[in-house]
Amino acid sequence: MGFMNLFKHFLGDDWGVHPDDHKRPAADQPVRVMPVPAKLYLPLQQHLGGPARPAVLVGQKVKKGELIAEAQGMVSAPIHAPTSGTITAVTEIAAPHPSGLTLPAIILEADGADEWIELQGCSDPFALDPAEVGRRVAAAGVVGLGGAAFPSAVKLTGALRAKVTTLVMNGGECEPYLSCDDRLMRDAAGGIVDGIHIMLHATGAQVALVGIEDNKPEAIAAMQAAAAGFDTVHIRPVPARYPMGSEKQLIQALTGIEVPADGRPADIGIIVHNVGTALAVRAAIREGKPLISRLVTVNGNCAGNPGNIEVHVGTLAEEVIAFAGGLKGDGIGLARRVIGGPMMGMQIPHWRVPVVKGTSGILAFDTAEVAEQAPNPCIRCGSCVKACPMGLLPLEMSSRIRNEAYDEAIDLGLKDCIACGCCAYVCPSKIPLVQYFVHAKGELAAQDRAKLRTDATKKLALQRQERLEREAREKAEAAAKRKAEREAAAAAKAAAEAAAKQGETA
Amino acid sequence: MTPATLTAQPVASPHAHGGNSVTRTMFRVQIALVPATLYGFWLFGWPSFFLWLLTILSCLGFEALSLKMMGVKRIKATLFDGSALLTGWLLAMTLPPWAPWWVAVLGGFIAIVIGKQVFGGVGQNVFNPAMVARVALLISFPLPLTQWVTPLPISSMAAPDFIHGLQIFLGNQTMPDAMASASLLGYTKTELSRGIDLLHSLAGDHAPVLSWIGARSGSFGESASLLILGGGLYLLATGVITWHTPFAVLAGIAVPAAIGHAVDPGHYLSVSAHLLSGAAMLGAFFIATDYVTSPNTGQGQIVFGLGIGLLTWVIRTYGGYPEGMAFAVLLMNALVPVIDRFVKPRVLGRDRKGKPLDIPEGKGA
Repeated sequence: MGFMNLFKHFLGDDWGVHPDDHKRPAADQPVRVMPVPAKLYLPLQQHLGGPARPAVLVGQKVKKGELIAEAQGMVSAPIHAPTSGTITAVTEIAAPHPSGLTLPAIILEADGADEWIELQGCSDPFALDPAEVGRRVAAAGVVGLGGAAFPSAVKLTGALRAKVTTLVMNGGECEPYLSCDDRLMRDAAGGIVDGIHIMLHATGAQVALVGIEDNKPEAIAAMQAAAAGFDTVHIRPVPARYPMGSEKQLIQALTGIEVPADGRPADIGIIVHNVGTALAVRAAIREGKPLISRLVTVNGNCAGNPGNIEVHVGTLAEEVIAFAGGLKGDGIGLARRVIGGPMMGMQIPHWRVPVVKGTSGILAFDTAEVAEQAPNPCIRCGSCVKACPMGLLPLEMSSRIRNEAYDEAIDLGLKDCIACGCCAYVCPSKIPLVQYFVHAKGELAAQDRAKLRTDATKKLALQRQERLEREAREKAEAAAKRKAEREAAAAAKAAAEAAAKQGETA
Repeated sequence: MTPATLTAQPVASPHAHGGNSVTRTMFRVQIALVPATLYGFWLFGWPSFFLWLLTILSCLGFEALSLKMMGVKRIKATLFDGSALLTGWLLAMTLPPWAPWWVAVLGGFIAIVIGKQVFGGVGQNVFNPAMVARVALLISFPLPLTQWVTPLPISSMAAPDFIHGLQIFLGNQTMPDAMASASLLGYTKTELSRGIDLLHSLAGDHAPVLSWIGARSGSFGESASLLILGGGLYLLATGVITWHTPFAVLAGIAVPAAIGHAVDPGHYLSVSAHLLSGAAMLGAFFIATDYVTSPNTGQGQIVFGLGIGLLTWVIRTYGGYPEGMAFAVLLMNALVPVIDRFVKPRVLGRDRKGKPLDIPEGKGA
């Protein structure tokens, strides 16, 4: 803990945690490019939003970069073939998710030719209409590569509409173990800066602030060299502190502005993109290349040869690990498999899950790294309160959730929780606090759905009631009308008869 | 009733852990208490060692018994998380060093069973268990709880040896009058009530300068104030506690003491006499900082600490008892839920009241 940290600690301005970053030696290894595997497994849902809709038939031959599933809905992203080959199936495969549930995917058998379709690049992106840049990024299936995988084009066009002024580039990579962004910034700083310029053009923002944690001096130096001479791109080292790479925290660190709780960064004139996304945007615009591969960090004590691997989307984690150098001792001592980082990543039950667009890391942890222990009672030490980057009271929220008092948990700020994991990381009693919050959020979502259902049922019942009443009323009216007509007719007849009688008598 | 998804093996992130544990925290607090405790053993001899040992053992014993009666499955793990041991240790630090054995046993029972386990065990108690025991003993048995022995370093000829010490501890021998003495606060209070003001009563042996080196009658926590302060600074440096509570407690005592002493030194003790007496340091760094019974935000801890300090000074100065720390801690413990309710951290993107910050005009998608 440096002097400034100690000082901040005394002031109480010490949100977040300082985990061992475990980034080296993996970060210092040159990138290895993994060849195309025999089979690729491409889930239709690799991004936030609506799943893509298959646009190919089983047996169809596709070329590398060809559209195989198109975007569906306002927030969605298309999927392209990472190599040339044959579509062998559209079926369910194991999802990269702790549940081990399945999700629909397209299976592509590579033909080995790796033959591109004709690409349509653009030599001068700045001559394009900003909205056209957004359309091309959308067509290339680019999503946020930091992990959340939000469709990038939606953000770019939204920013253009909202007239943002500042583009915040996230090079924080605050998750321990991961170094793929670090590696990209060291190796492709020029491309990233070019991508940033394209994004500035697409969003109409005037300035880009690139936040990089100060534990990556090589990346900072490379980016500074690449950005030298441009007065619109500023490289800003930020203190290494988890979760510095979280949107709201990074914005505050770089601009001093807080994002309102019910607002989005665009509301305060800011948009955030990952540095890796900038490179993907550049490839999409300049070369017309869709997003079909990414850099993945393979790390953890059990990884035989940790490092960063360039992997085609759809490659099984199993094959990536084998390519990267396998597991130490053939996986003896492997305690947990994680996709993503150790703080927010997902535990997976086996390695037979594919790398998707948002996969930043494949981590093989041994028992020392995950230290599984039964939780003890909360001793109210307040460590979680000090660690929470959002200013919440995790201990109070978890005690409410344990008693199923979800409304009280919401009052305490459950919906402001970003699930960063700082609270559980520091908890001396090893209480799985994030598990509590995820559970509560799921429970609330289920309650909301149930409420929608009962509301819909109620509405239907009410409508039926109304319809029955209306029908009864109409029937009664019709009957009354008929009766009135009958009576009127009878009266008329009687009158006529009476008149006739009178005529006779007259 | 806990939903099934909460009792199952957690699958949610994070997959890493910082390595802190309850046991480690408790262990660090115990380390911080070691210098003052060893000094106390030297100062008050074998009887004080027996008292310390039996207080801790009875706390552990009653903890084990309670856990067993409640049907807790992991008795060993819970018993040795260090919390019961620490409660016993802290209680022993506040007792008269030559108190008889039954004080230790009864104190252990009150602290663990009444102070902690009836509330539901570790983390659930409202009041600081050691202080509950200390106050209950003081009120129930005023005589043995206010008989302070004159320091009799273990190296001196007059100090009781092991066997003699055991006899004193077991209560077979009454303390000779010549060896009994009052604590500084007790002495000045008595003298004041006899009409002798502080300027005269403190002229002799009770000169505050002696307080600084700790060779004075009182509990372990009282006589070794500087070693306690050292232990407290160690806790601060290792991050076990933050500065808020101790600073506020000491300020809460020092500020009114300074004002009082400046106005009338004949009736109000000086700041140093206050801070080094009646286990003020122990209270500030070890008792008031108890996680379970203090507020969980820094600002809340400042309110809490100031309250303890101020109440301590008021009770010492105007109350019937010469010491006030234990009472003040218990009174403020009762207020902790209220403090926690009103003093909350500000959520990022919201104002103090919890309303979202305004979205600036002219922006917005």
